[in-house]
Amino acid sequence: MDETPSDRKQQGKGREYLSVTRVTGPLIVVSGVEGAAYGEVVEVTVPSGERRTGRVLESREDTAIVQVFGGTEAVDTVSTSVRFTGETMKIGVTEDLLGRILDGTGEPIDGGPLLIPDAMRDISGDPINPSARDFPRDSIETGISAIDGMNTLVRGQKLPIFSGSGLPHARLAAQIARQARVRGEAESFSVVFAAMGITYEEADFFIRNFRETGALEQAVVFVNRADDPVIERLITPQVALTVAEYLAFDLGYHVLVILTDMTNYCEALREVAAAREEVPGRRGYPGYMYTDLAGIYERAGRIKGREGSITQIPILTIPNDDITHPVPDLTGYITEGQIVFSRDLHRKGIYPPIDLLPSLSRLMQGGIGEGRTREDHAAVKDQLYAAYARGRRLRNLVAVVGEESLGEIDRLYLAFADRFEREFLRQPENERRSFEETLDAAWRLLSMLPESELVRIEPSLIERYYPRRTEG
Amino acid sequence: MTITGTVARISGAVVSARGLAGARMYDVVRVGNDRLVGEIVVLDRDVATIQVYEDTEGIAPGEPVTTTGMPLSVELGPGLLGTIYDGIQRPLEIIRDETGDFIVRGVHAPGLRRDRGWDFTPIVRRGDRVGPGDRLGTVVETEVHEHRVMVPPGVQGRIEEIASVGRYSVEEVVATVRDDTRLHRVRMLQYWPVRQPRPVRMRLEPIDPLISGQRVIDTFFPLMKGGTAALPGPFGAGKTVVQHQLAKYVNADIIVYVGCGERGNEMADVLRQFPALVDPTTGKSLMDRTVLIGNTSNMPVAAREASVYTGITIAEYYRDMGYDVALMADSTSRWAEAMREISGRLEEMPGEQGYPAYLASRLADFYERAGRMTVLGSTDRTGSVTVIGSVSPPGGDFSEPVTQNTLRVVKVLWALDADLAHERHFPAINWLTSYSAYAGRVQGWWAERAAPMWEEYRAEMMGVLQAESELLETVQLVGEDVLPEEDRLVLVQARLIRDGFLIQSAFHPVDTYCTAEKQYLMLELLVRFYRQAREAVDAGVSAAAVGGLAVKSRLERMPFVPNEAFPDEYARVEREIAEAFAGLTAGRSAYGVTTRG
Ligand SMILES: Nc1ncnc2c1ncn2[C@@H]1O[C@H](COP(=O)(O)OP(=O)(O)OP(=O)(O)O)[C@@H](O)[C@H]1O
Ligand SMILES: [Mg+2]
Repeated sequence: MDETPSDRKQQGKGREYLSVTRVTGPLIVVSGVEGAAYGEVVEVTVPSGERRTGRVLESREDTAIVQVFGGTEAVDTVSTSVRFTGETMKIGVTEDLLGRILDGTGEPIDGGPLLIPDAMRDISGDPINPSARDFPRDSIETGISAIDGMNTLVRGQKLPIFSGSGLPHARLAAQIARQARVRGEAESFSVVFAAMGITYEEADFFIRNFRETGALEQAVVFVNRADDPVIERLITPQVALTVAEYLAFDLGYHVLVILTDMTNYCEALREVAAAREEVPGRRGYPGYMYTDLAGIYERAGRIKGREGSITQIPILTIPNDDITHPVPDLTGYITEGQIVFSRDLHRKGIYPPIDLLPSLSRLMQGGIGEGRTREDHAAVKDQLYAAYARGRRLRNLVAVVGEESLGEIDRLYLAFADRFEREFLRQPENERRSFEETLDAAWRLLSMLPESELVRIEPSLIERYYPRRTEG
Repeated sequence: MTITGTVARISGAVVSARGLAGARMYDVVRVGNDRLVGEIVVLDRDVATIQVYEDTEGIAPGEPVTTTGMPLSVELGPGLLGTIYDGIQRPLEIIRDETGDFIVRGVHAPGLRRDRGWDFTPIVRRGDRVGPGDRLGTVVETEVHEHRVMVPPGVQGRIEEIASVGRYSVEEVVATVRDDTRLHRVRMLQYWPVRQPRPVRMRLEPIDPLISGQRVIDTFFPLMKGGTAALPGPFGAGKTVVQHQLAKYVNADIIVYVGCGERGNEMADVLRQFPALVDPTTGKSLMDRTVLIGNTSNMPVAAREASVYTGITIAEYYRDMGYDVALMADSTSRWAEAMREISGRLEEMPGEQGYPAYLASRLADFYERAGRMTVLGSTDRTGSVTVIGSVSPPGGDFSEPVTQNTLRVVKVLWALDADLAHERHFPAINWLTSYSAYAGRVQGWWAERAAPMWEEYRAEMMGVLQAESELLETVQLVGEDVLPEEDRLVLVQARLIRDGFLIQSAFHPVDTYCTAEKQYLMLELLVRFYRQAREAVDAGVSAAAVGGLAVKSRLERMPFVPNEAFPDEYARVEREIAEAFAGLTAGRSAYGVTTRG
């Protein structure tokens, strides 16, 4: 590992070495390096002349461990050269990114005009000072009852979709991007879309969708596809969020960030950890995955005194529909709720197939109620949840003991759960319901139950909204 | 004396430096050209391994590392209350003023402001003999809290000078104390190393409950001042909401809230709500009694590791003044994970699930810092630190190391349950698996407050809930209609206890806080209803008929009746119960046993 003068040649302001001594998975070890900074960007040139970007993962006095984003294929230990740039990883940001399609590292792939950055920003970003955060309270009308009525999304929230392979998460995310509005504001969201390891078909679905609805002009699209280098997708969310932060906090846009598929991101993370022979955590994912994911998800929010906001909708397909799998588990521990898909509902032909019981929006509370959505919103939501949960429990019971054994009230709950799924949850993909329409639909369903059952709702609200009363 | 070495290796939050012979374990060092704060965690001859409290990106081998000769310490003195700090006590609001909305590294600001004066009133005189913990004077720190300036541990002797009434900054000397050999200058500002518990005279048993206004806690699984509680649960089960509720409403003097590796918006939520909320005991702004430590999940992981120590040291400091302090740590799992992450970078031998072998002892040492104590000082004074730790078990599985090792040391378990949370039964504290070792000890407190039957009532209602869980197993197999009427009544009553007592909405303006008095009256009505129902069922009335009584809805809505109005409601409901059952038994004699299913 001793450095020989021939290994090293100075070039420009960077330092260039021909001393790759080890290649393992996506990592290379470069020896004889002097003073490589942790996180420093390197440029790797393989014998064919192709250039790839890498980043220092660990730096010692004479060696650097480098993660190569384009993959280590064709890297050799003789003539591959590694140039240390003296820079940490940055991306050029500009408003002109809107309407553009880029690869997973931020290089344009749409053949559009050259981008001239307004500023260079470090992609890892700095944490928002908690005391600078403005607590998100502006509820977003997505037009989807299952979300607006039961798990209201708020501007500046991070709310993932927990899906499974073959479920229509892409359709739902596209629908939200298309329909989302804040009440009383005409302007829609700008979209930053980051695809990691998704298929050509899925990527195309989004791009086509954005194009058809005209949303593409207000969108920045980053695509790392399934056949693109795996390690590249480790920087895609960071690059995308750096652009989102610029649009939101420098230029004042309300940005909706869609990240799909976070499971692929986590797998890339696992691959690097394995190559470094780190002590594996649950199911082989590294122990720092929580911290790593937090570095992505916490880049959502609002900042006091600044106009814009970042709302995040990460999508993850849960391996084997197991919600305790580390990817959804750690995500759920960081995000502000989750929208959980159900294969059962999907099979029943219900769109959106949202399983409401495990779904949650933690910021809903501050975004609803009088002056925001409607005074009865919180109580109606609580009551719907209680009634639907009871109906679902009875459904399981009936499967064993039969419906005959149920009392009259229980039968009402059973019927309630069915109608709730068919009339409230289910909704056409192009239908946009207002908050009022959603809440009115809720009251129509609640009127299946006698007033005495509506114990989560205060009598004064029942007086005002319970249909049997208002009609009769 | 400082020693300077050079960076040899950087791997995430862990940096090694050579040329540091003479540096001491746990000393704070400054790392690199940006002078990032770090702490020595391993020494091997002249090589020190350092955990760095700031982002290490851009640091390169060869950059300088300097020791400060001091272990990681906090600044103690007036000005802590109402402040939000990061994990190593950097005041976040001041940092924001200096560097903007994002935390850039290499910024430093002292924990206590130097530019502010405090009105000091002495209580000792020249010539008085004083020792550690004795009060030298007082400062009005917030509207409600008298800050007691104490003789620091290790200082003893005669007062040679004491500052007169006046305004002083924390750095000014307010007293000088002479012992046999030297003169000690005492300032309001004092330092204490965070990893070392502050000394006390004696440990005492807890005697008073910590009342939270949360029914399932106060009535069924009470905590005491100086006690410890664990709050494990899967994501979304309600740990943070419970911790916020406790921070808002417990009858402690001082709250230290540690947001350890959790969400930025949750800290923002506290900062938004607390200043406007009123402390139920003093009627003043909640922020006046609160110290916040916010080291969110995206802030440096080593500072997250330090944050719980920073928090508990501040808690001990106020305890030493004679206050009852409650500390909430949300979440201790993130702290444990920070330990694991650093341990992994140190290439230590991993224990269970990759956690370091010392996980159990670190957890135990932390919870041991809770307690009711006779504090230092020549007069007998007590203070307490209560600790409530959230635990975030992976996959919600309590068999994992952090939950298990925590349960070995805490006295109260509030086990949060995903199923309850999914049904929106909040707080989702599972009444079958939770426990409190203090239940027997708080009985006297309730008895003194016009709740003589407290123990009997809660036992009776808990009995119903336990019976329900067994019956539900049968129902799952064969349905409800095979059950005898008295068992079906158990199911009706258990539902009533759930809906009318256990469920408590943190977001409802009335229900968010339920006084001890109201809790007892609610419990009494539930018991009264049940006893009358039992009699009626014995007399041949069906459980379904009991379940259909209008007064039952009234009981289910008790949570929404304001605390002040509850005694009146109590009287009305009591009467209605009597009438309803009189009606039922009369109806039965008229129609026979008809109502069923
Ligand atoms: N007492 C309560 N009353 C009403 N709603 C509650 C209550 N407790 C919890 N909730 C609901 O549950 C949601 C999740 O609670 P919380 O954020 O406290 O979960 P958590 O256990 O801390 O999750 P995590 O581990 O991910 O931080 C809240 O946003 C709120 O909607
Ligand atoms: Mg929480």
